[in-house]
Amino acid sequence: MGTTKFKGKWIPWLFLLPTLAILLVFLYLPVVQTFRLSFYRVAFLGLKTKWAGWDNYINLAQDSGYHHTVWVTIVIAAAVVVLGLGTSLAIAMLANQKVRGASIYRILLIWPFALSPPVAGIIFLFMFSPGFGAVNYLTELVIGTELNWLGNPRLAVALIIMASVWKNLGYNIVFYLAALQNVNTEVLEAASIDGANYWQRFWRITFALLSPMTFFLLITNITYSFFDIFGMVDILTKGGPLDATNVMIYNLYRDAFEYYKTGLASAQSVILFLLVVILTIIQFRTSGRQVHYGG
Amino acid sequence: MSLSISRKTRREILTHIALIFVVLVVLAPVLFALAKSTQTRAEVYRFPPMLGPGSAGLLNYKIVWHQFDLGLYMRNTLIVAGIVMLFKTIFSMTAGLGLVYYDFPFKEFIFYFILFTLMMPTEIMIVALFNLVSDLGWGDSYAALTVPFLASATGVFLFRQHFSSIPSDLADAARVDGAGPMRFLWSVLIPMSWNTIAALALIQFIYMWNMYIWPLVIIRENDRQLIQVGLRALTNQQDTTNWGWVMAAAILAMIPPMLIFILLHEQFTKGFALGKDK
Repeated sequence: MGTTKFKGKWIPWLFLLPTLAILLVFLYLPVVQTFRLSFYRVAFLGLKTKWAGWDNYINLAQDSGYHHTVWVTIVIAAAVVVLGLGTSLAIAMLANQKVRGASIYRILLIWPFALSPPVAGIIFLFMFSPGFGAVNYLTELVIGTELNWLGNPRLAVALIIMASVWKNLGYNIVFYLAALQNVNTEVLEAASIDGANYWQRFWRITFALLSPMTFFLLITNITYSFFDIFGMVDILTKGGPLDATNVMIYNLYRDAFEYYKTGLASAQSVILFLLVVILTIIQFRTSGRQVHYGG
Repeated sequence: MSLSISRKTRREILTHIALIFVVLVVLAPVLFALAKSTQTRAEVYRFPPMLGPGSAGLLNYKIVWHQFDLGLYMRNTLIVAGIVMLFKTIFSMTAGLGLVYYDFPFKEFIFYFILFTLMMPTEIMIVALFNLVSDLGWGDSYAALTVPFLASATGVFLFRQHFSSIPSDLADAARVDGAGPMRFLWSVLIPMSWNTIAALALIQFIYMWNMYIWPLVIIRENDRQLIQVGLRALTNQQDTTNWGWVMAAAILAMIPPMLIFILLHEQFTKGFALGKDK
């Protein structure tokens, strides 16, 4: 770039020093340590460490409980992505209509952006509680019976998905609304004159033009359902019932901080890390470029 | 002609109805929590459920604020979020200045060094970070809750991108005037960066306010605990839980990030250059 440069050999390093030091010590160093720890077995509350080679990884590969954990994570992530993005796009398109008070509607729709997973979890826990929860009153009226949302494995998974989709609506709608404002309305009008109906215009033009944003949101929503879901699971189900909602990040937390299996937990960290690396590389190859280097 | 106008109006009315419906559905859980937060214990458990405001008024709020340390947790979280917002903004800004306005060896390496950290969320490395911070003797301290979060690739790249878009005549003029980099930062860059600063402040505040797994594992002492983990304690005694209190606490915990979001969301959209195609 043709930007004028200031002169100075040490000054730029001085400007970068705080950032570089913190990233090195609190991000790079823990990554290296995580890889190292994943080859050890730690016993007696972390007092004794023993070289274990690939044992931790082999244990995970052979543990049907861990297979289940990976499967649940994928199911929940897929549902959160599909339901979350579909709902958010529909709402964003509705909120993008030019009506009076549009900006007020927008704020009333995007506020869940600021919501935390634990708070969302607490409100859903209360609404779906057996006995006195409001949702049970509704199901009793409609289908004549109570549903045990926290005790039935499938319903518990559904509950986690609903709470996660709701909490992430604000984030998705903010980004979709911004992308929709860049869709050229003249193209849509021209297509309309040429006889394209509403669905054709939506799929061939709007959806196609939004696809970079959809892709960006796809990646961020997968990351969200891998990590941020922790607060929701911890408040709503604690991984239960019968490990039905025991997602990878929750399993890792329990192995590390409840059972003190540091080595095993670190191996799980490495697996999650590799998943994130793959996702990030895909993102950079496509829409990431636009998000991070644009302008 | 009159037919087309009435069709347009009808369409607009339908849009309003649809929007109001969606807004209510999205708001429903919070409206429900709000109603329950004003009810007494008996009213909360009434069947069929009572959906309007109750007779407890602000009593539940007073109880959780004082007896359940909500005030303390919120104060702690405000301090921690404030420290992170301030220093992360400063560090990200100076790093952006260094990357855009200087040439130095290994610049590309440094760029990728920062970029790669986007792949390292704290949650993944939590075991190793826990060991590291404990070894430093920072357990139960504000240092554990702030220092690891004072730098981020997002912050650096936001400022780098913004500074790159500022016309270079300004830097030329500053050089001709004999202004050093700090003067330039203070009197040229900062006044032109308010959208970026606001965008970063917003995401930082929400990130820190909503932080959960890290304080959960690193903070043992109640006096230092943050708000989200504080809320967890309230729900832990399932059978005896007074849900009126819990809902009051949840509403209180929601207020600060909501306020910041409503104040800054437009700057956020601009700061992230989301409308950049225009």
